[in-house]
Amino acid sequence: MSIDVSQFHQTFFEESFEGLDIMESGLLELDDRTDPETINAIFRAAHSIKGGSATFGFNEVATFTHAMETLLDEMRDGRRTADRATVDVLLKAVDCLRETIAALRDGKTADMEQAREIQAQMETLLGQATAVQDVSATPVQNGDGVKGQPQTWEIVFKPRAHLLQTGNDPARLIRELEQLGALKVQVNDSALPPLDQMEPERCYLSWRMRLGGPLDEAAIREIFEWVEDDCELDIHPLTPQPAAAERKSEARKEYTGGKPASDGTAAQPRKTAAKDSGSIRVSIDKIDHLINMVGELVITQSMMGNLDGGFEDFDVNRLEKLREGLALLERNTRELQESVMRIRMLPISFVFSRFPRMVHDLSQQLGKKVHLEMSGEQTELDKTVMEKIGDPLVHLIRNSIDHGIEPPEARLAAGKPEAGTVLLHAYHKGGNIVIEISDDGAGFDRDKILRKAKEKGLVEEEAQLPDDKIYELIFQPGFSTADTVSDVSGRGVGMDVVRRNIRELGGNVEVNSRHGQGTTFSIRLPLTLAILDGQLVKIGDETFIIPLVSIVESLQIKPEYVNSIAGRPQLYKLRDEFIPILCSHRIFNLGSAPRSLSNGLLVVIEGSGHKAALYVDELLGQQQVVIKSLETNFQRVAGISGATILGDGTVALILDVEGLVHLARQQGEIDESKSIRAVA
Amino acid sequence: MSSAPELVELDTNKSDSIHTYQFLTFMLAEEEYGVDILRVQEIKGWDKTTPIPNTPPYIKGVINLRGAIVPIIDLRQRFGMEAAPYGPTTVVIVLKISGEDRERTMGIVVDAVSDVYNISIEEMKPAPDFGGIDVEFIKGLATVDEQMVIILDIDRLLDVSVIPTMDERASRTIGTHS
Repeated sequence: MSIDVSQFHQTFFEESFEGLDIMESGLLELDDRTDPETINAIFRAAHSIKGGSATFGFNEVATFTHAMETLLDEMRDGRRTADRATVDVLLKAVDCLRETIAALRDGKTADMEQAREIQAQMETLLGQATAVQDVSATPVQNGDGVKGQPQTWEIVFKPRAHLLQTGNDPARLIRELEQLGALKVQVNDSALPPLDQMEPERCYLSWRMRLGGPLDEAAIREIFEWVEDDCELDIHPLTPQPAAAERKSEARKEYTGGKPASDGTAAQPRKTAAKDSGSIRVSIDKIDHLINMVGELVITQSMMGNLDGGFEDFDVNRLEKLREGLALLERNTRELQESVMRIRMLPISFVFSRFPRMVHDLSQQLGKKVHLEMSGEQTELDKTVMEKIGDPLVHLIRNSIDHGIEPPEARLAAGKPEAGTVLLHAYHKGGNIVIEISDDGAGFDRDKILRKAKEKGLVEEEAQLPDDKIYELIFQPGFSTADTVSDVSGRGVGMDVVRRNIRELGGNVEVNSRHGQGTTFSIRLPLTLAILDGQLVKIGDETFIIPLVSIVESLQIKPEYVNSIAGRPQLYKLRDEFIPILCSHRIFNLGSAPRSLSNGLLVVIEGSGHKAALYVDELLGQQQVVIKSLETNFQRVAGISGATILGDGTVALILDVEGLVHLARQQGEIDESKSIRAVA
Repeated sequence: MSSAPELVELDTNKSDSIHTYQFLTFMLAEEEYGVDILRVQEIKGWDKTTPIPNTPPYIKGVINLRGAIVPIIDLRQRFGMEAAPYGPTTVVIVLKISGEDRERTMGIVVDAVSDVYNISIEEMKPAPDFGGIDVEFIKGLATVDEQMVIILDIDRLLDVSVIPTMDERASRTIGTHS
């Protein structure tokens, strides 16, 4: 018993959540048709959650899951059909269980009220079925908390002879029992052989014990948990009880709502809450691949090692071999790097899996018929990106269903099938992953958007805009075309947040729509946040890295296009627009501000929708860089998003384009305020 | 079996030194400073750093320490002492700093490393409050061979949250103008 099982809690929680996801998606499939394999999968998931929770002493979860399991069992045996009511109750139960387990994980007190309610619903369902199935069955008549709690328990503990070899010590078990209450022990030594025949490793004794105190059986059983298979154990109450009735209702009793004992445990906040350790599940394939790579690396290394024979007899032949070895090493390293990065990659189905449920609920809520199709679920992307893309996707799908898909009548009137389709499609394109969300709904009303934009003063009254510019408007803060604000969407907060979130991930979102035919959002995201394509530039004596995605173009400065304001070069005329020049030397206080701009180059960058021209002294190469955080050992630095290590081992800082623009604006304000004061 | 007596010996040593700690000392100008040796990760020679824009001058920049980005702080400048040119004895002591939220690794530039002393807590005297800001970074004073050793509280000394950021400094500048 001294094993600290809490170390396994994290794994249990993770597995439970996975199990719940499986149950949820399975239950949603049941809507259409009943496939025995699906029910089996749901049943297995419920069963393992029940088993796990019982092992770890989460009794409230165990009893709750048991009721679900019983329902599912009946479905599996064909005694119950997967009708809407049952599925809905089970879905609710999944939600409730998810909340309960999350609460347990975070060390909070689970809300048992809701659980009891759902449990009661499940019992009602069960009761109906039983009535139909088995007339002779005694009606369920518990729930009043009559879980006979005898004052005295009798425990007969007969260990098998090999018990000691399993490392269990009966004396310790008895000591633990003693802590539960008043214990009387009677030892039966009749099996004890004469001393000369006794084998010290065999257990010859058995015990009969009486344990007093208000306990439930589970607490006693828990003590014997590890020896259950190695002994004969009989635990029964001494207080007289209608034994036969109890036997019959035993199965029911376990999931009775409101057991005082399990309530007690629920009320106790678990102080040693396991923190989310941010673990990841990796397929064996990937690890095997990694091991192969390391193997090759070792081979290359030993090959290089063989070359080491001193420099006296070094000849051209060896040089050739050394070169080969280095080339091999380079390849190995690159492949190893790729393999390691792939460990962080997970299929996007982890995000997609929650959408069927969401669509199911939403379409019911809105009274629409929506069919969700997904493809490319196996497309992989970085775990960190995945965690952050969930919410924007939820928002876009909600929008598609709420605004995009029309009510069934309107669809039929427009000559479309009654049920709308939302298509979720993910695929790789270059170094990016593209996620498309399209619907065959109403599409954007170009004129309506334009009218709204004009009302809100986002666009000039007389402006003529191309379609794509108009669609871009929906990403403006506070913009919504929904005539009514609903619970689902339409409050106009959202699309701008969606775009900001996606941009924070280094991605972009585009929209395409045809009135009356549907809308497609395509999100482009980098595969990983750990590596970025960078442009190396020289500013003063230092090398900085500008993310390639933020660079619009780089150009040589033409002095005649530089426009000064108040004596300082401020704006650059780039074709038909004026863009502000950011003097990187001054922003970063590098102390070596260039006297004239004509020697350097301008890198046109785009951040938060604004263009700016960053002055740099020199453009160096482009390369992929591994992003390291400055915050790990230091703190956030304005204008800098991180650092990386260059080929020569030195550190180069990565510029944060949006931060830089912000910083420049801030400094501009400061300069202005200074100059105003100087005048005053 | 031969290792058993050795183990016993080690144990007695340990029980003797319940209140004794080992300190690594280093020189700064002519003064000797000490830091808890268990916080010292490594000692390395001075190498060029990559400066971080808009940070106080005592932050020399960051270096690549086997793949980790580690900030380097010039202790002379941190204390407002006169800066000295870096010479052959100039070293960087890499320390583990426990901050509010997590442990950080940072390096300090010092003139030279000196010695390792066993100093018991009882021997340590509190620093007299002479009004300087430095006092808050001093854990205590100890005497070794008639020489004073200043024991530093590195967690406070290298607390990044007290390093002013760009925004704060900017607003401070405005403040002084008005």
